[in-house]
Amino acid sequence: MTGRDVRQKAWSAALIVLFFVAWELFCVMSGMSDLVLPRPSEVFVTLYQKFPLLWPHILQTLATTMIGFVLGVGLGVVLGAVIGVSKTAYDTAYPLLVGFSSIPKVAVVPIFVLWFGSGSVPAVLTALSICFFPIVVNIATGLATTEPELEDVLKALGASKFDILWNVGLPRTMPFFFASLKVAVSYAFVGAVLSETVASNRGIGNVMITASSNFNVPLVFAGLFVLAGLGVALYVIFSLIEGRVTGWATRKNDLIAT
Amino acid sequence: MMRMQPHSEFLGSPVSAAAVPIAIELSDASVTFGRGERAVPALSKTTLRIADGEFVALVGPSGCGKSTILRLASGLVQPTTGVVIVGGREVAARALRVGMAFQNPTMLPWMTIERNIMLPLKIVEPFRSQFRKLRKTEYRDKANALLEQVGLKGFGNRFPWQLSGGMLQRANLCRALIHEPRMLLLDEPFGALDQFTREELWSILQDLWMTHKATVLLVTHDLREAAFLASRICVMSARPGRIVDDSEVSFSRPRTVAMTFEPDFVALNQKLRGFIVDARSAPAEGAI
Repeated sequence: MTGRDVRQKAWSAALIVLFFVAWELFCVMSGMSDLVLPRPSEVFVTLYQKFPLLWPHILQTLATTMIGFVLGVGLGVVLGAVIGVSKTAYDTAYPLLVGFSSIPKVAVVPIFVLWFGSGSVPAVLTALSICFFPIVVNIATGLATTEPELEDVLKALGASKFDILWNVGLPRTMPFFFASLKVAVSYAFVGAVLSETVASNRGIGNVMITASSNFNVPLVFAGLFVLAGLGVALYVIFSLIEGRVTGWATRKNDLIAT
Repeated sequence: MMRMQPHSEFLGSPVSAAAVPIAIELSDASVTFGRGERAVPALSKTTLRIADGEFVALVGPSGCGKSTILRLASGLVQPTTGVVIVGGREVAARALRVGMAFQNPTMLPWMTIERNIMLPLKIVEPFRSQFRKLRKTEYRDKANALLEQVGLKGFGNRFPWQLSGGMLQRANLCRALIHEPRMLLLDEPFGALDQFTREELWSILQDLWMTHKATVLLVTHDLREAAFLASRICVMSARPGRIVDDSEVSFSRPRTVAMTFEPDFVALNQKLRGFIVDARSAPAEGAI
């Protein structure tokens, strides 16, 4: 890591600290009520005290997110591969996909609840339906941009369509795929929490809704902090995986001098 | 896919009666892209026989169907009329192992040069079934032996972005040769390189041809390149192309860049240039 990177990271950390300090000062100086905007120190204390109570809900939210995410990735990869190998399929299916992805997912939660009752299933389905789209688009785009010359070289060798897809097409989509995973996992998380706030008796989303109806505002904010922390953690995990697996796509600038 | 039996491709085929077996044979082959009113004739009825081990260069004005002949020989395009026989069988049977290289080296950026070069071994039998077993030993040695032959010794574990355009094109030649093809199809492989790199690669390609003894079909727009490398040059007319001249090049081998400035060589170049100037000014409309 270069000095520049370290300084950049230090500035980012400083900005986060500054944000909480400013918030704290604002609450203290304006005499803001806990019921409107609790002080961050208060929120952290609540978070610490209530953590044993929050933990099962965190697990619940993570579980629904990850199940929805894994299913969404599976569906997205298959759909993306199908429409990516054929230009016609790509053009034909695209309007439908865009139409589907433009529906605000909060509007479909009641339908899932109607079909499957409240609980984990609607949360999983909402996560799935919100996260598969970026994966479809990225896989399809990656496959559609394979160099025709290389395809000719391999076809002349007698390579089957599957050989080409396996050796060239799919590896080439990996940078697109992992970039979309980062986005998709955040989306899945949003979808799961969204569904929990509407129709569930477990999960962080549900905790927040319950707390707010009891005017336990510090707990609501504690829930928000947990969500932010989990969201960042998921994003970071998938960024790290991306860097490991598809380093060839971004390493270019580091190694050009060697 | 066809069963591959090395060195027995010609057994039992009608062309094996000839003194030198025929590697590629186009009989009245023509190619038209599209149908009806939008049909574009790319190649007029062409008859061309290339003997095993010959090095044939195809030259001609741009868009004349040179690449179409190459694609016919590789089986990537089917003739609209006529027949294409490769290695004694219809081209679709893939009786001859083919290596191909284009102007764009298309190395896969996530693999080292070594693994890029080994890619055909992963696809073509009989190498394919042994790939997992031999990729770390015999196949890797094979790749590195080829790299050494083109002057890239020690570059096997580099990634494509660490190599210059000329180096990538050398690697591209290695990839086209690793599976011991009997037929090498080259479509303007040196088109994007500077003059000096190009001349250097001519000599390398000549060496490769003299050691590997494959049949080579080279499409180029560089007349010096054609005259330097080829044992026979076919000149094509403007679209829809047909062969207007077919002559042997008898300069002794190995040829050197210095030879390209000798009077005989220059005269050959001028003759070829004349054909192409004529072909450009008198398009062969309705010549089918």
